Amino acid sequence: MERKAAIVGVHDTPLKDGIVAAGGTVLQIQARAAKAALDEAGLTLDDVDALFTAGSWGIPGPGVFVASTLAEYLGIRPGYMDGTQIGGSSFEAHVGHAAAAIAQGACEVALILYGSTQKSDASRTLGARGAMLNSQYEAPYGLPSPVGAYAMAAMRHAHEHGTTPEQLAEIAVATRKWAALNPAATMRDPLSIEDVLKSPMIADPLHLRDCCLITDGGGAIVMTSLDRARDLKQKPVVVAGFGAGLSHWGISQMPDLAWLAHAAESGKRAMAMAGVAAGDIDVAEIYDSFTITVLMSLEALGFCKRGEGGAFVAGQRTAPGGDLPLNTNGGGLSYCHPGMYGLFLLTEAVRQLRGECGPRQVKDAEVALAHGTGGVLSTAATCILTVA
Amino acid sequence: MSEKPFPIIDAESRPFWQGTRERRLMIQRCTACRRHFFYARALCPSCHSDAVDWVTASGRGTIYTFTIARRPAGPAFKGDVPYVVALVELEEGPRLMTNIIGIAPESVHIGQKVKAVFEDATDEVTLVKFAPV
Repeated sequence: MERKAAIVGVHDTPLKDGIVAAGGTVLQIQARAAKAALDEAGLTLDDVDALFTAGSWGIPGPGVFVASTLAEYLGIRPGYMDGTQIGGSSFEAHVGHAAAAIAQGACEVALILYGSTQKSDASRTLGARGAMLNSQYEAPYGLPSPVGAYAMAAMRHAHEHGTTPEQLAEIAVATRKWAALNPAATMRDPLSIEDVLKSPMIADPLHLRDCCLITDGGGAIVMTSLDRARDLKQKPVVVAGFGAGLSHWGISQMPDLAWLAHAAESGKRAMAMAGVAAGDIDVAEIYDSFTITVLMSLEALGFCKRGEGGAFVAGQRTAPGGDLPLNTNGGGLSYCHPGMYGLFLLTEAVRQLRGECGPRQVKDAEVALAHGTGGVLSTAATCILTVA
Repeated sequence: MSEKPFPIIDAESRPFWQGTRERRLMIQRCTACRRHFFYARALCPSCHSDAVDWVTASGRGTIYTFTIARRPAGPAFKGDVPYVVALVELEEGPRLMTNIIGIAPESVHIGQKVKAVFEDATDEVTLVKFAPV
């Protein structure tokens, strides 16, 4: 890249019991998040010349042109915009695209926004819409979406590699331990492997506690060039590498349900650009829509070999004090999951690299990975972030 | 009681749904690379040739993976739980989503041999489901 890009401001909308604490519409939430992230950086909305966003609100209606609606509401006229919508990994893609645009001089200050009031609205659903186009071959069969698709992958992974429900539960338990250290997390009570296995089966082999929360949420990320970042208020975090990959839309079209080929490519590209390997990652934020998502992503990203994810996460390896600090804010499993969690992978990675995470701080964290997954293991995007 | 999501049949999918009504499982085959594929497309998803044909599949396959839905995919499926949703790999190669019927959900397993059965869902729509051989 000609010019390095840095993240200079982040904000997570405060929640109480999974609901936006201050209340408000999905637009109010995002406006407040934008202001908070810009304030933190020492910038204002007048500095913003690029807007990146993905949402699943206001559809049909103003959410169809999500960037236009937000620009109108905020009173900004960005000359560069990106509405890439690849589900939960959208925001890793936005950061990668913003970094490229900043590197090329196509924009100076990028604002990345997300908001969701799905819990307040009781509107969470990815299924049972009009069975048109490619969905007509899947929807009639009643696969609970998205959990059923992830369950199918977990079932296949278990068949090929002997992955057990206990191994999947290790991830939920380790993530809850991180959440206990994060006052902002929604679920902080202790959780045992037995608790996970005794929780209701949702779609075999996934139990309730293998599944992410359903909450509201919102947040913002502000990026600019590293040169400009040095004059701003926060310790800059460099976007050192980026990759992404599309695989399929419907789970029936996924080539291999036990292997995330597109995530492996995404991770490889991001790490190559940054000049790092999995072993160099000090803290990993990996999308945890379900425990199986994490397990398969760890394999795809090269933290372990294909099929060894179950053994890798055993013994609480990813818990506080373990070899691999993973999902240190409590993740989608215990912190929040407003529908597209990917933005919070980035805000937490940034805070870890700034060293401001208090009891959950990973000591001397210099290289962080944020890896998003969207749809039904459909999309992947990876960012490698480093201290300047 | 809300309705189950039935296919919105279009020009590209009509031969498939016409086939199920006639108790035939129609898939496509690329005449350039000779691979079979499902669902219907204008271009072969493997070699991107536009020389694609409809063929009748044997209806035989194996269960590639599945799950047992303990919670329904919306209110319309409430009366069906627990039910099996599976990806079946056809003898010809392609996979498709389906339900496994005629067997207790707990007895379903990966690698099981299954065959297509046709179930009239409405006057217009017949779904292809699979049952153990």
